[in-house]
Amino acid sequence: MATIHVDGNDYEVEDSDNLLHACLSLGLDIPYFCWHPAMGSVGACRQCAVKQYKDADDDRGMLVMSCMAPVKDDAYISIADEEAKAFRETVIEFLMVNHPHDCPVCEEGGHCHLQDMTVMTGHDRRRYRFRKRTHRNQNLGPFIAHEMNRCITCYRCTRFYQDYAGGEDLGAFGAHDNVYFGRVTDGTLESEFSGNLTEVCPTGVFTDQTHSDHYTRKWDLQFAPSICQQCASGCNISPGERYGDIRRIENRYNGDVNGYFLCDRGRFGYGYVNRKDRPTRPECRESGGEARTMEVDEALDLAADRLRGAKRIIGIGSPRASLESNHRLRQLVGAANFSTGIEAGELARIRRMEALNREAGLATPSLREIEQCDAILVLGEDLIQSAARVALSVRQAVRGKGAELGAERGIPEWNAEAVKTIAQDAGHPLFLATPDATKLDGIATHAGRLAPDDIARLGFAVAHALDSTAPVVDGLDEETSQLAGRIADTLLAAKKPLVIAGESLGSMAILEAAGNIARALGRRQRSDAGLTLVRREANSVGLGLLGGESLDWAMAQLEQGDADGVVILENDLYVRLPTSRVDSALGRAAAVVVVDHQRTPTWERADVGLPAGTFAESDGTLVSLEGRAQRFYQVFDPSYMRPDTRIRESWRWLHALHATLERQPMETILLDDLTQAVAEDAPALAPLHQNTPEAMFRIHGLKLAREPHRYSGRTAMRANLNVNEPRAPVDLDTPFAFSMEGYAGYREPRREVAFAWAPGWNSPQAWNKFQDEVGGHLRAGDPGVRLFTAAAVGGDYCSEIPAAFEPREGEWQVIDLPQLFGGDDMSRRAEPIRERMAPPQVALNQADAAGLGIGAGDAVSIAVDGTRFKLPARLSAGLPPGVVGLPSGAIQEVTGGLTPGVMRWGQVAKAEHDSQASAGEARP
Amino acid sequence: MSRILQSAGERRSETHPLTWRLHDDQSPVLLEEYLDTGGYAAVTKALEQYTYESLTEEVKGANLRGRGGAGFSAGMKWSLTAKGGDAPRGYIVCNADEMEPGTFKDRLLMEQQPHLLIEGMILAGYANRSKQGYIFLRGEYHLAAASIQRALADARADGWLGPDVRGSGWDFDIALHTGAGRYICGEETALINSLEGKRANPRAKPPFPGQSGAWGLPTVVNNVETLCNVPGIVNHGADWFQALSGDLSSDGGTKLYGVSGKVNNPGLWELPMGTTGNRILELAGGMRDGLALKSWLPGGGSTGFLLPEHLELALDFDTIGKTGSRMGTGLLTVVADNQSMVSLTRNLEEFFARESCGWCTPCRDGLPWSVKLLRALEAGEGQAGDIELLEQMARDLGPGKTFCAHAPGAAMPLASAIHYFRDEFERGITRPEGEAHADPIPVGSV
Repeated sequence: MATIHVDGNDYEVEDSDNLLHACLSLGLDIPYFCWHPAMGSVGACRQCAVKQYKDADDDRGMLVMSCMAPVKDDAYISIADEEAKAFRETVIEFLMVNHPHDCPVCEEGGHCHLQDMTVMTGHDRRRYRFRKRTHRNQNLGPFIAHEMNRCITCYRCTRFYQDYAGGEDLGAFGAHDNVYFGRVTDGTLESEFSGNLTEVCPTGVFTDQTHSDHYTRKWDLQFAPSICQQCASGCNISPGERYGDIRRIENRYNGDVNGYFLCDRGRFGYGYVNRKDRPTRPECRESGGEARTMEVDEALDLAADRLRGAKRIIGIGSPRASLESNHRLRQLVGAANFSTGIEAGELARIRRMEALNREAGLATPSLREIEQCDAILVLGEDLIQSAARVALSVRQAVRGKGAELGAERGIPEWNAEAVKTIAQDAGHPLFLATPDATKLDGIATHAGRLAPDDIARLGFAVAHALDSTAPVVDGLDEETSQLAGRIADTLLAAKKPLVIAGESLGSMAILEAAGNIARALGRRQRSDAGLTLVRREANSVGLGLLGGESLDWAMAQLEQGDADGVVILENDLYVRLPTSRVDSALGRAAAVVVVDHQRTPTWERADVGLPAGTFAESDGTLVSLEGRAQRFYQVFDPSYMRPDTRIRESWRWLHALHATLERQPMETILLDDLTQAVAEDAPALAPLHQNTPEAMFRIHGLKLAREPHRYSGRTAMRANLNVNEPRAPVDLDTPFAFSMEGYAGYREPRREVAFAWAPGWNSPQAWNKFQDEVGGHLRAGDPGVRLFTAAAVGGDYCSEIPAAFEPREGEWQVIDLPQLFGGDDMSRRAEPIRERMAPPQVALNQADAAGLGIGAGDAVSIAVDGTRFKLPARLSAGLPPGVVGLPSGAIQEVTGGLTPGVMRWGQVAKAEHDSQASAGEARP
Repeated sequence: MSRILQSAGERRSETHPLTWRLHDDQSPVLLEEYLDTGGYAAVTKALEQYTYESLTEEVKGANLRGRGGAGFSAGMKWSLTAKGGDAPRGYIVCNADEMEPGTFKDRLLMEQQPHLLIEGMILAGYANRSKQGYIFLRGEYHLAAASIQRALADARADGWLGPDVRGSGWDFDIALHTGAGRYICGEETALINSLEGKRANPRAKPPFPGQSGAWGLPTVVNNVETLCNVPGIVNHGADWFQALSGDLSSDGGTKLYGVSGKVNNPGLWELPMGTTGNRILELAGGMRDGLALKSWLPGGGSTGFLLPEHLELALDFDTIGKTGSRMGTGLLTVVADNQSMVSLTRNLEEFFARESCGWCTPCRDGLPWSVKLLRALEAGEGQAGDIELLEQMARDLGPGKTFCAHAPGAAMPLASAIHYFRDEFERGITRPEGEAHADPIPVGSV
């Protein structure tokens, strides 16, 4: 620690920080642009100048850029100094030379860091009277709008895009006052993290194109703290709503999880909430006829009648629904009749992963902790595709080597360009073993291309190399053996090694191999090592912890006639099991009740369909892949703007259905009660008690506002429906109010922040005010409850090691290759994501393709699991011979139902007749 | 072509270490002649008699100050460079990106005597344990490029470069890299970025190049003339070097001084460090008929204007530094009384504005604004307050306020021109403050 004297006051600060970081952390305001809490200092914008004095007697001092000045004990500085203030104002005036006067039509307006900083410096009059420099803009694809005239050349975009996220197609061009940030030519930004440009850019150069299509000012949006539902990473988001539609998704800072950044699937995949074809009223379908909509009571009575007619009712839950909704379904049907809605193989793997997280002896790191790891082994996961935000953290872990090298030469980590100079291409070791090329290959020490069984064998060999009592891998070739030894040595030499595996290849063996490595590391006393196991869906972990049978079990119950009534919660069974199987099972059911928010093929099979809220219209709890239980909060009440809608939270529907079924009066139901019931029923979820009860949380007696206090138009926005303004919806379930009335400040501690705002700070940089130190943790603690606590080294080594993969004559192993865009069946329903999806292709080894006479783009006929379909070929140099890869998720639309994440054997041939396969052509 | 190098008397190796071999016909001194006249003797001597440490000490003792314009002690720079112990072998880079307006001294040395530079680089490489040398040459210097390429090939063929230099067991080679034409590449860290194939933006210091330079390895960057002084120091010793300037300056050695502008006899002279401006202007034959000296830049566009009365000062780093200007490269640009200070300043600022790398705000956005103001003054369309605004800019582009020395260099002629010749600027002001549309957008323009 060091003491610094700022304008006559003394403060204790971290001596490893720079003055800007220290002062902002103290709550003092200094304007800045090029500095970013997650990206450090580069000294480009010169905005953060302060006066630094040699000692207490120095009354002249000199200007320094506070971002580039290290904290020194007994340093005297002044922010208020007149020369410093004048210079900061001048810098804004310089920036305004070319910045257009277009705030009224600029989509950044109202959450613009440049506006905030301009006001902060007091600059209000420009003396520049000449013509401004102008640029041409580029089409950067469906996500990002580009308006270069607004650029103030802070270099944050390229520093994020290239240095932080590893993108290569956005750069700085030109020089002097004609620097241009863009691509060589127009085209979709290739990075999976391009959306962060909208928040990294301090002004309106890069804005959210999806927001632009239905633009609303930030101050007119209603927000709630939410959790991204598009994968299992558990990123915190702030969705913004107006007129009953989600308008944009902003990052919500969580110091342990996503920090400042989201992936593009999470940020831009919200369109399914706004789909016009969503069911908004209950529907019933009688004896195969057209669906008929009805009122709530009728639907409940009808559903209850149907279910009463069944001899046994089972419930099929969902890993994309909240714990509360799943639990409410389980209560409705009884624990013995509850299915998690997860395919049997996947459920077994989810359970195994949970067991490994608890028993293998290694902790499950948070994303922030991943960034501090110094040696990483990834078995099987193409992380960019299967858990993109985890991949971004892995990148930072590799880059951590630069900070280490810098520290050896006295260069602090925040001195970003200097660290980059010293680091050059150095990185912490990263070993990847995947079937096909990944976008992390470029920073990997070694990127091996292996069939799933060989990935597992490599993992088992690493475990054996770490601990000779771990099972030996028979018949291992010399090269793999040496590689395993090298990986083992590297993991042992690291301070914080990390093993990552997961679910996307559907291989239990890979998980067991990761488990063996974890145990071996534990036995080598490396208890500081971490184990990250990637699940597919937002609540895969939660469903595993809640318990329940597999989807296959549920299908069998129906097929065998052991049950004939089924309630399906937010689950499209057709994306999980083959069409024929689902058809036959549902065909035998006497009553099918579906609660969902999308018109899925399963919904179309419902006798009674109950329109559920998405994450934006409901509250609930999800458990992320790091075992973090996090609540998402309802963003808006859908019936406020659309009185005809009958959308309700799934748990509310199920509660009502339960009461109707039992002919009981419906009791009031509160979210906290549900969460507590979950905690009581599932021992693994008992820590949820820590989060509840919450609904009565108040600050100064106030609820928390969902809307900024400048929210406008409340009395007018509904006038087309009724000139009488109705009472604002009441939220009994959470501490948040559907209103601008309520606490929205930053001074009082609160973990859940709907939108970050502080006086003078309208941009996402307002998070500074909520953090214990800038870029650190939220002052009231980062949201979420950790559920996994690693035990001491335990469990036995798994010795079921698969044989080495052997290509078969005339048969191919058909594996799923995870896809960020299109791999998730909800965001796949969002238009911009569809635009960004790669057309479905089958990946073939080049030599295999040549042997079959198949060239790139040729139609390939694939027969697998009794399904035959055609896809264009993509030739891969990496994919091992004998293996073909299908794009997971998106392939469902083509095949009409292959169980995802299952390795199967199938036939592959050049398609006869037509040379061009059209995507989506399937013959089940 | 008129001769660029001129002499005040006979050029001898002891008194004119940089230029004594040069031919009157300006043809390059080739390897054979260079060897016959004692060339590469310093390399032989160094390999036999010096360790890298003692060679560094010798150069440090000579107080050889950087001839690129900043005047930092070359020996000091070398002694601050990581070498020996665990330090990896790095690079010696010759800054031959001579783009300082009004400066043409390095060009002469490289075109006509490339072996002297190569010998200096070998010595610098030896003193810094470098594994490789690079000559970062201004792209337009195609004659120098050809001359250096031939000299490198000849020196390599004769064993002065390559593996096992002259049987010493020490490996060292030099490659020529021609720049793509950015003034900022003369800034040593921007030069390194450009050499690596990156944008020519200056780097944050620390780390200094001596610790982490090109490709992260210890790197020494020295100017052409600086390196050309090293063989003489090795041959004759630090004391000889110090004595070259006699009583004229506390800095040792000779200096390539030059004059451009409306004088009778523009050119270059190798003279003792600390020679006065009067003497140099005298050698340049004085002003052309009918013209009087109004002002002069002591050493390039990034130095401050001085008045005729300053000609009596010794042209060395410290003396000129006390005037508020800098000696810079020591090549005088003289301004005649019929030349407009406003136009001249506008011309210089146009250059600096164009050559800004675009990294930091005051330089990137301030300099183009200053150009527009100067154009307005030049056209007689200035507004009240413009001069004060230019003065404020000159302050806000000053040292410490920008990322590198480019903008402070640009601010020097601006500030000094206004300081000494304010009346010329005032004549451009014809409008009241705040009048709109001084730069109307022509109808039909985009």
